[in-house]
Amino acid sequence: MQDTVLVKGHQLSAIRGERILYRGVDVEVRGGEAILLRGSNGAGKTTLLRQLAGLSEPQFGSVVRTGDHHWIGHANGLKAHETPRAHLSHWARVWGSAARLDLVLERMTMVRPADVPSRMLSAGQKRRTALGRLLLVERPLWLLDEPFNALDTGGQALLSTMINEHRERGGAVISAMHGDIPIEASREVTL
Amino acid sequence: MSAAPLWQAFRSAAAEAWAGGAGALLPLGFFAGTCLLVPFSVGSKAATLSAIGPGILWLALALASLVTLERVFQADVQDGALDLWVQLDQSLSVIAAIKTLAHWCVSGLPLVLLTPIFAIMLQVPADDLVPAMLAYALGGVSFFMWGGVAAALAASVARGGLLIALLALPFYLPAIIFGALALNEGLGGTAILFLAASTLFSLGVAPAAMGAALRLAAD
Repeated sequence: MQDTVLVKGHQLSAIRGERILYRGVDVEVRGGEAILLRGSNGAGKTTLLRQLAGLSEPQFGSVVRTGDHHWIGHANGLKAHETPRAHLSHWARVWGSAARLDLVLERMTMVRPADVPSRMLSAGQKRRTALGRLLLVERPLWLLDEPFNALDTGGQALLSTMINEHRERGGAVISAMHGDIPIEASREVTL
Repeated sequence: MSAAPLWQAFRSAAAEAWAGGAGALLPLGFFAGTCLLVPFSVGSKAATLSAIGPGILWLALALASLVTLERVFQADVQDGALDLWVQLDQSLSVIAAIKTLAHWCVSGLPLVLLTPIFAIMLQVPADDLVPAMLAYALGGVSFFMWGGVAAALAASVARGGLLIALLALPFYLPAIIFGALALNEGLGGTAILFLAASTLFSLGVAPAAMGAALRLAAD
């Protein structure tokens, strides 16, 4: 799996209204790598990630993905009435996951709040629930948008470990981030 | 392509329609309220009521279906769940249609089941009740399918409820016309067939439009 290109963005551009966010951006990630997208607020990190995920069509350039990917966006994808357990079991069934839910909840230290509706959870707990989706099915590419947001120190350490383990298994990560990062990056792309 | 994602789409949409309190009760209350006001506005003469009763019910049903449509896709756009649905291998159109039908089951079907009560109140002859229910059920599906298209188009608009009504109402016309005719003709006439055809048409065309609109909303 090492050395296979998992996603390749060629000469990507994004236009918002009459403003060019970025142009001519090349991104390529291989198994085992972690690429950080850097840039000030509004530079287009999220837009670039969405283009790589296939959620947005790039105005110019092309994206080629060779495998499945996980998407952790800015919004967690949780409904207000949904509990972490319900959320994870829902997507586990959608994706045909064989993962054991109690183990995933335990890994994310979400066992105690597992049955609390998400409107009563803290921002960090919601984020942990969303990140739990990464453990449901094995997918080579993780696309993460500011994944460390709202996480406490323990949560940040947990996510770094998850990312490292994923890379050791030959997976790759592309992540938009600002500030200090608790993971070792292979490359940075600055917008 | 397995059926699990489709079933999950149905389950989650039904749970969502039900959640937040008053999920199914809101359109029901609207429907009941509209029907109850009619005798006060047109007078309580039995002849008048039985002449306009079926048409009023039909109209109330169409408007009541608009009450919940705002919630079909808007939450998915706001909380990011739409991004996850879009990235599935399954066709987004099918998922969207299933979610809309789930909402119909939770908030449209109870209306149909309750129509006999209000029909009797509006002096509709008892023999007409069963054909009327069938027509309401058929028409209700097409109301929800076209309403679903409008809801998908308005999904990224804050407070899009009114916009949904404006977008959807013109598409309600065929079902309204053939439905009202079917109520007069009963089950033996051709109008009920045309009503069924317009519902089939909506089931065939609306999902593709919903899928395209949602893809646009995610972009």
